Amino acid sequence: MMRALWPLVRRDLAAAWTGGGAWLPIIFLLLVASLYPFAVGPDARLLGATGGGMLWIAALLAALLPIERLIAPDVQAGVLDQLVVRGIADEMVALAKMVAHWLSFGPPLMIATLPAAALLKLDGDVLMRLEIGLALGTPALAALGVLVAALTAGLRSAGAIGGLLALPLAVPLLIFGAGALHEGSGAALKFLTAIALLLVAITPIAAGAAMRAGRE
Amino acid sequence: MIVSVSGLSCTRGGRQLVTGLSFALAAGESLRLAGPNGVGKSSLIRQICGLVPCTEGSVSLNASPALADERAALDADRRLGETLRFWAGLDGVSRGVLDQAIERMGLGVIAELPVRMLSTGQRKRAALARVLASGAALWLLDEPGNGLDEASLSALGQAMDVHVEGGGAIVAASHFDLPHAFTRTLDIGDYAP
Repeated sequence: MMRALWPLVRRDLAAAWTGGGAWLPIIFLLLVASLYPFAVGPDARLLGATGGGMLWIAALLAALLPIERLIAPDVQAGVLDQLVVRGIADEMVALAKMVAHWLSFGPPLMIATLPAAALLKLDGDVLMRLEIGLALGTPALAALGVLVAALTAGLRSAGAIGGLLALPLAVPLLIFGAGALHEGSGAALKFLTAIALLLVAITPIAAGAAMRAGRE
Repeated sequence: MIVSVSGLSCTRGGRQLVTGLSFALAAGESLRLAGPNGVGKSSLIRQICGLVPCTEGSVSLNASPALADERAALDADRRLGETLRFWAGLDGVSRGVLDQAIERMGLGVIAELPVRMLSTGQRKRAALARVLASGAALWLLDEPGNGLDEASLSALGQAMDVHVEGGGAIVAASHFDLPHAFTRTLDIGDYAP
């Protein structure tokens, strides 16, 4: 059963990079970071105080950008059917998609955060806490993306509905992720970790069930 | 018995299409599900390979199945050979077996092309090559002849002959005759409620 995991992850990763979809979150994050100072003015103190939270919003939205291509194309092409015929559980496919989705946007996003933080004049401590928060929070964002993609796979205008579905679930991540940016906010980091663990744990099961229910 | 089906019903979109279908296939037997469009052939194939749960009746498989249906399940952006190797890797078959299947379906010359450049018939042949290479004892083919030219049809017929002679079993749904001597043919229209 587990032997299917790595080939599936590798296939999804290759699809993300060759399809160009993996660049989208990075470009999006850098765009937000470079536009934000134009909107609020170049005041370094204001940018430093609000930039971290802004980057969290950008990271969250960036994670939701590719949800339309995560699962729906595989359903349409019959790939999921072929996997099921081979006895590979939907939960395993969802787990592989979650791992691949995180690998394709989590680490690149954390790297893109470095120039973005410079654009927003974040100081070293805030950047450090932001990166720790993203390291804990991006797996949860990946899980959320796969879950929503599985739930909306058969629908038209899945992107719009997906956003509506994901945002309420993403709000706690945003609260504790941005909350962890202040000094001495260990509790927020712990809450962020707890929510991330919960989302990562339920997503393979819930997304697998959604994929099975969508089959006809 | 490689596959045995008893009292199977098939409902699609709330409408019952087939009821009381029973058959069993041993090694070296092949079955054609015949009948006009929309009679429930594809739905039956999907039930037999476990994609759709059986509401009535039962299906028991004693071998791993390989499915070729109307959707080729090939990645449009990757090269044909690459995407077939992905499936061969999941099936745990060697490169040699896959290359042989690719040659038998006449895909050798286009193996380096991206899938999105292929025609309907070429995609169909690729899906059939995946079944040939899978090593599965039971082949489930849904309209395998659709989109194939004369040469490809006869290549398919030969591959089916070889599979059955080698102790495999085939269930093929087709609304027209395939170039293979099926040991049995069931007209699904006879099982309409």
